[in-house]
Amino acid sequence: MKILAIAEQRDGLLRGVSREVVSAAAGVAIGHEGEVDVLLVGGEGIEAQAAELNGSGAARVLVAAHGALADYHPDGYARILKGVVEAGGYNAVFLPATSQGKDLAPRLAALLDVPLAQDITGIAVVNGALELLRPVYAGKAFTRISVDATPVLATLRPNVFQPQDWQAEVDVESVEITEDPSSWPTRIVSFEATGGDIPDVAEAGVVVAGGRGLKDPENWNVLEDLRSALGNSAGLGASRAVVDAGWRPHGEQVGQTGKTVAPKLYFAVGISGAIQHLAGMRTAGTIVAVNRDADAPIFKVADYGIVGDLFEVVPRLTQEIRTLKGEG
Amino acid sequence: MNIIVCIKRVPDTETRIRVGDDGTSIDPNGVKYVLSPYDEFAVEAALRLKEARGEGEVTVITLGDDASQETLRTALAMGADRAVLLQGEVTADGLATAKGLAAEIRESDPPLVLLGVKAADDDGQQVGPMLATLLGRPCATAVSSFEVTDAGVVCRSEVEGGTRVLELPLPAVVTITKGEYEPRYASLKGIMAAKRKPLEKKEAEMGPARLQVKAMELPKERVAGRIVGEGPDAVPELVRLLREEANVL
Ligand SMILES: Cc1cc2nc3c(=O)[nH]c(=O)nc-3n(C[C@H](O)[C@H](O)[C@H](O)COP(=O)(O)OP(=O)(O)OC[C@H]3O[C@@H](n4cnc5c(N)ncnc54)[C@H](O)[C@@H]3O)c2cc1C
Repeated sequence: MKILAIAEQRDGLLRGVSREVVSAAAGVAIGHEGEVDVLLVGGEGIEAQAAELNGSGAARVLVAAHGALADYHPDGYARILKGVVEAGGYNAVFLPATSQGKDLAPRLAALLDVPLAQDITGIAVVNGALELLRPVYAGKAFTRISVDATPVLATLRPNVFQPQDWQAEVDVESVEITEDPSSWPTRIVSFEATGGDIPDVAEAGVVVAGGRGLKDPENWNVLEDLRSALGNSAGLGASRAVVDAGWRPHGEQVGQTGKTVAPKLYFAVGISGAIQHLAGMRTAGTIVAVNRDADAPIFKVADYGIVGDLFEVVPRLTQEIRTLKGEG
Repeated sequence: MNIIVCIKRVPDTETRIRVGDDGTSIDPNGVKYVLSPYDEFAVEAALRLKEARGEGEVTVITLGDDASQETLRTALAMGADRAVLLQGEVTADGLATAKGLAAEIRESDPPLVLLGVKAADDDGQQVGPMLATLLGRPCATAVSSFEVTDAGVVCRSEVEGGTRVLELPLPAVVTITKGEYEPRYASLKGIMAAKRKPLEKKEAEMGPARLQVKAMELPKERVAGRIVGEGPDAVPELVRLLREEANVL
């Protein structure tokens, strides 16, 4: 089984989710006489990042480098991918289910005339064919699906597939680019970076999420302190109530009409646990709830709960974690 | 400016999902169906654009069975001008759906087609950019606000790490997410008017579905954990459990 994994870079640096996708592909290929190629698209010099994929399970990294490809360009990337997929004769193509991957994969599907499964959380091989597991109804159910077309195209949810270490070096080959960027209709106007180094809630390994219980947007420093105590992999999340109130940006909303997240640790602070919120975070590894209402529904899904005033509990928690990490 | 909005009928987001007898889809008994929330944002965006420009027509299209007429009427009651029901199979294969929509939209070729970023049932998140690609149009996805300018449509999307702004020449396809377009409630007058607005029915031309649902399962219920304690005094025990039992610190 020959699989192509699409790597993702931002600002010329390989993103962690790339290794998850490559490892998931390798996990399938290795058991089925297969091999994995990676496609890395980016600006001039991006080939330097290929070494980051040593040991990921891939045999080759195909590098498509061009000044016009430094930032994600939907038209350009879709056409480059189509060329590489058609030339390679792959049985399956996997992308990360990031904003970029979920934007790009449907375009590729239409160009190749194959169906697409977005945001999958499991891959199995059944009688030689791939079977994919994906959440539906915002995680309230899962479907097992099969695809009657080649290649099987899917995007993989971040934080679900474990990156592996297989200790083999990758061969690097470059992809010839015949595309003319002036024929791409979309114009990239700008990218306004927010949040500095804080990971996006959908990709963070640990999420500190706040709700209406915080009472005022000024109070978010309480959560920000906890987040920074937890380290660089921690991000901030929010309930819809506080996003709708304009306290927090839309990008932080977790739930049915926000993002679906699967961090290893999720703190729900001053969040009641409405069904639409639970839909977005119920697959988190460990859930901790802090709420002053012992009957709040969030306690029905939380692994650990503290009943109490968040303004007393959270600063204490921050302090204890700092002490634990030797920073207190 | 004429705008087409593609919409879908889905279970209300409050629905408790049960697996149906076929083992591959939900048990529809007792389920209340609504216009998918993201599509609601798209309808709202189209209506605001029409109102701001003072001209143009908003057409809503859905691909589905007769029950979807109710969903079309909901959008008409919000203020859309006309509706089209493409009668066809509701499938998990977004490409088959996109083909059905493309066959219809190719004829009228409006400058702007809007969709919700994803349907709140199968969360497929693909029909918009597939439709755009089939029509050979540019597309922006997960857009929280947009403006039509002389050059085209300028779209803002929140993505990991920031906000991306794209400009697409018209005709274009845009998928809408939560952001600027908090949907209006249909007025009583709107609901009455919707009954008389044109609703056309046609066969969808969509091709075979090549993505099959083999089984639907419910996630393992999370076992309710334990209340570690009350107030800040419970914190040290919580930290110990997170470290020693859950292994996450
Ligand atoms: C179509 C639709 C889609 C939706 N999508 C989403 C979605 O994507 N995401 C989402 O989150 N919601 C969504 N909702 C909204 C959802 O139904 C809830 O309204 C929302 O999640 C409530 O937010 P909250 O928990 O912050 O606020 P509340 O429900 O008001 O809860 C606040 C909680 O804070 C606690 N509290 C108050 N003060 C303190 C204190 N000092 N210390 C400790 N605890 C305190 C209270 O006990 C309470 O439990 C959606 C709703 C609909 C209809």
